[in-house]
Amino acid sequence: MTFATKSPWVIHYDASSCNGCDIEVLAALCPGYDVERFGIVNTGNPKHADIFLVTGSVNERNIEVVKEIYNQMVEPKVVIACGICACSAGIFHDCYNVIGGVDQAIPVDVYAPGCAVRPEAIIDAVVQGLGILEEKSKALQAQKKGA
Amino acid sequence: MAMLGFLILFPLVVAAVLLVVRNNRARNVIVGASALVIGLASIWLVATYLGAPWVSFEFESPVIDYVSTIVSVLVAAAILYYGIRYKNVWACVLAVIQVVGSLVFEFGFAHAIDVTEGLYLDSLSLLMAFIIGVIGSGICVYALGYMEDFQAHEPEGAKDRRPVFFALMFVFLAAMFLIVFSNNMVWLFTGWEVTTVCSFLLIAYTRTDEAIKNAFRQIIMNMLGGLAFLLALYVSAIQLGTLSLLEFLQIGVSNPALVVLPVCALAFAGLTKAAQMPFHTWLLGAMVAPTPTSALLHSSTMVKAGVFLLVKLAPVFLVCPVPSVMVILVGGITFALCSFMAISQTNAKRVLAYSTIANLGLITACAGVGTPEAVWAAAFLILFHAIAKSLLFLCVGTAEHHIGSRDIEDMDLLFERMPRLARFMMLGIMCMFIAPFGMLIAKWATLVSFVDTGQIALVLLLAFGSAATFMFWAKWLGKLSGIAGRPDNVEMTVHKSEWTSIMLMAVLIIIGCVCLPVISWIIVEPYVYSVFGTLGQDIASANLWIASIAAAIIAIVLFAGLGRNKAKKVDIYLAGVSADNEARVFRNSLSGESSATSRNMYLEGVFGEKRINPVGTVACALVIIVAFAFSAVALLGLF
Amino acid sequence: MSLLFVLIGTLAFTIAAPVLGCLLAGLDRKITARMQGRVGPPLLQPYYDVRKLIEKDNVSVNSTEGTYITCALVFTLLAGGIFYSGGNLLMSVFVITLSGLFFIVAAYSTRSPYAEIGANRETLQVMAYEPMVLFMAVAFYMAAGTFDSAGVFALDAPVVSSIWLVFLGFLFILTIKLRKSPFDLSYSHHAHQELVKGITTEMSGKTLAKVEVMHWCENVLFLGWVGMFFVWANPVSIVLALVVIALVYFLEIWIDNNFARVKWQAMLSSAWIVAFVAGFVNIAVLAYL
Repeated sequence: MTFATKSPWVIHYDASSCNGCDIEVLAALCPGYDVERFGIVNTGNPKHADIFLVTGSVNERNIEVVKEIYNQMVEPKVVIACGICACSAGIFHDCYNVIGGVDQAIPVDVYAPGCAVRPEAIIDAVVQGLGILEEKSKALQAQKKGA
Repeated sequence: MAMLGFLILFPLVVAAVLLVVRNNRARNVIVGASALVIGLASIWLVATYLGAPWVSFEFESPVIDYVSTIVSVLVAAAILYYGIRYKNVWACVLAVIQVVGSLVFEFGFAHAIDVTEGLYLDSLSLLMAFIIGVIGSGICVYALGYMEDFQAHEPEGAKDRRPVFFALMFVFLAAMFLIVFSNNMVWLFTGWEVTTVCSFLLIAYTRTDEAIKNAFRQIIMNMLGGLAFLLALYVSAIQLGTLSLLEFLQIGVSNPALVVLPVCALAFAGLTKAAQMPFHTWLLGAMVAPTPTSALLHSSTMVKAGVFLLVKLAPVFLVCPVPSVMVILVGGITFALCSFMAISQTNAKRVLAYSTIANLGLITACAGVGTPEAVWAAAFLILFHAIAKSLLFLCVGTAEHHIGSRDIEDMDLLFERMPRLARFMMLGIMCMFIAPFGMLIAKWATLVSFVDTGQIALVLLLAFGSAATFMFWAKWLGKLSGIAGRPDNVEMTVHKSEWTSIMLMAVLIIIGCVCLPVISWIIVEPYVYSVFGTLGQDIASANLWIASIAAAIIAIVLFAGLGRNKAKKVDIYLAGVSADNEARVFRNSLSGESSATSRNMYLEGVFGEKRINPVGTVACALVIIVAFAFSAVALLGLF
Repeated sequence: MSLLFVLIGTLAFTIAAPVLGCLLAGLDRKITARMQGRVGPPLLQPYYDVRKLIEKDNVSVNSTEGTYITCALVFTLLAGGIFYSGGNLLMSVFVITLSGLFFIVAAYSTRSPYAEIGANRETLQVMAYEPMVLFMAVAFYMAAGTFDSAGVFALDAPVVSSIWLVFLGFLFILTIKLRKSPFDLSYSHHAHQELVKGITTEMSGKTLAKVEVMHWCENVLFLGWVGMFFVWANPVSIVLALVVIALVYFLEIWIDNNFARVKWQAMLSSAWIVAFVAGFVNIAVLAYL
């Protein structure tokens, strides 16, 4: 077992969301859903985070920001696209400035569709992400031992 | 005794030789060799008399009496000359008073009094001799390389006055040796006045308007102190009939009511020389001089002469409340307020100056308390302050020549630009204020002695002053430690002589901190014991050893442990897209580039000079005036 | 002899303090969650966090940061060892300040704008609480007649009976030392603030784990200082001290959850005024009355 699954710290970035999904992400932290029960903490800092929650689609302006935050996260890490815009750009897919979903910028591990994405869906996605995080963590441990 | 004579006279001979040598290489050799000789001689002296109580030497000579009077008069005449040349009325007036005063004294009073034991030494003198001989001559060596760069920065065709500069440095050392070894107070006074005029000439070295102005400020303040010294001599000769320091101290301890005025006057002289408020401005002004001068004035000579005299008077302070309260209050207030003001300074040399004044204040306050514990603390403060401060001045001087600024904000990234120098500077800074190093251990003893003697006001000043001390050193230390990318290493061109001295100081710090319990045992305790008859050790030696081990660990980490980490290097977080991460440049919202800058906090509005300075000046001046009023009353009461 | 004591104490502290500190931190998060009407994480959550951090990849913004943090941790352990082995309280205070300095220098060394401002504020915090800490040690010395923390076991009455004012003042600055709101200027456990994560912004993985462990140990040490006020020759007093520690810790959590962060001016002036009134007045009374 790795401890990565027991304390997933998240960083939340609003790419170009309408704020609908952002409110749901924060709602998950509130008493109603209280995801801190699972050790989930919202850090504001990519260097401390394990899970990257992106809301909204990626456009020409913010694609570099998304990439930089992702690059600054320390391995092992997981990306979750929250909401349909983050998954595929949703209704904004043919806007002149929109490139597409988050996967156009960085590798996405879990897609959580919805407009806006429901807190239950976010929690489900994080739980699914934890499985991937555990695999990555094990791979890293093996690599460390091998090296 | 031959050794004492040698230490006093040899630097004078060297100075005379240096005055005529104009060749660079020859000067380098002479200065280097004689610094080595002086250093070794003083170490030998310390080793020979290790742990000695008061050792007097029968030595009297009317010739020397006359010579010292002549020197005093010459000193005053020199000041008069400069006073007239630069039209400074106050300097002239004081010089005239002093000429008349010392002539009348010599032929009217002093002649009748014999001091059979002209020279002496005890463990405190040995400590001072070590500081003057090793650190002082180390600074002279440093000056070789520094002054070469300095001269190179001078305008084309400027006159090379380095012979005078180096001669003055060595005269300074001789005068200091005279001060610490003279039992005859007239000779002591001569040394005192020579240091005053030497530092006047050194401060005015650049001959700029500012330098001249500050040099005169120095001379006026120190002449006031000199006159107070002369007053003490008069009272001592007329009333007590002695000019021997030992006898004076003995009379003082056994009959404190008799010596209130002379001790006040001597303490006043000590306060002016040690640049205590309200006389601290001369030391700040002295910063215009080349850095070796500042290093010499701050660490091993000049100001140390002031606190040396005060510490010598400590047993009298213990029984004589009026001068004691004066010295304690002035020292304590100076410590706290100058530490506050240091927070608001960006100029590295000014930070160092304020910290010097503050630490001298602490030593002064310790001397004023006068208990064995306080004197123990004062001796350590003197030693560690001398080493750490000279290291810091030398480092700042070298940094200034290589980065072109003495502003702390410009020392950003020094850790990479001048890796070795930055580490030495960090060591010096840490030695000044943090736990296992000497200064803090001494501060600790200070705190304990203040509490034990019920000096609650001093505990207050010490607590707040120390907090401020943490702030201004920590932020400087932080600035030095910054690492980003691989900027050019600019320390390749540092002179060998500069490295030698800097290394010497750094090694002394490490040895001093690691061997602190040993130094306490072989040097400081014998002095405390010889003066007070008890030790009153308040820091258990186990704690000293913990400190010594911790200091060793930090030294190892600083010089061997840093930079060995094998972790993958990543960029810093700039909350957006970085354009040049190492330079902290990021893409802004208009797709342009912005650079993140950050400065340390200087809290000008809270701790600015404008707010604090007047408070300290007025408070300390009042304390001194009241003390003199009291002692004058006490004197009249005797008749 | 007492050197050996300190060594043994440090080893014991190295083993016990992280365990206790970890449980305390878990309790803190649990109670905080309950105060906010949430269930909160499991009690061992801080332990999981640290284990996870150790598993993370080994990266760093420079080659010195980790070394500084290791020094900070080692000196925290030494400070705790000195105090809990009955050693000199003042020495413990000085060594923990040394540890704080290394923490500050580590943040400065990264040269990240956020960490640098965090470090700046941390120096301010140290300056704000240092006078009161010194007064605390001095008052303890005056009340107990020794700086050795073991001295309390020889007393007829707990020191708090004569220096209760100092105790109150110490409680005030304890909020700064425990990094609780309203004085969490340099670094906070709560997310989304203007300084990102302040002084720890650039620390990750193992380095951050060391910082967490350091905070646990610091908390154990500071609460030990709190307990010291209530111990005397009677062995039952240790129970009393533990009760007081629990109450004080609860109070700090309550304060943390009820007050918004203040500006540094307010922190500095309030801490210094408290130090003057509570610390100095109490010491003066002890000395002259």
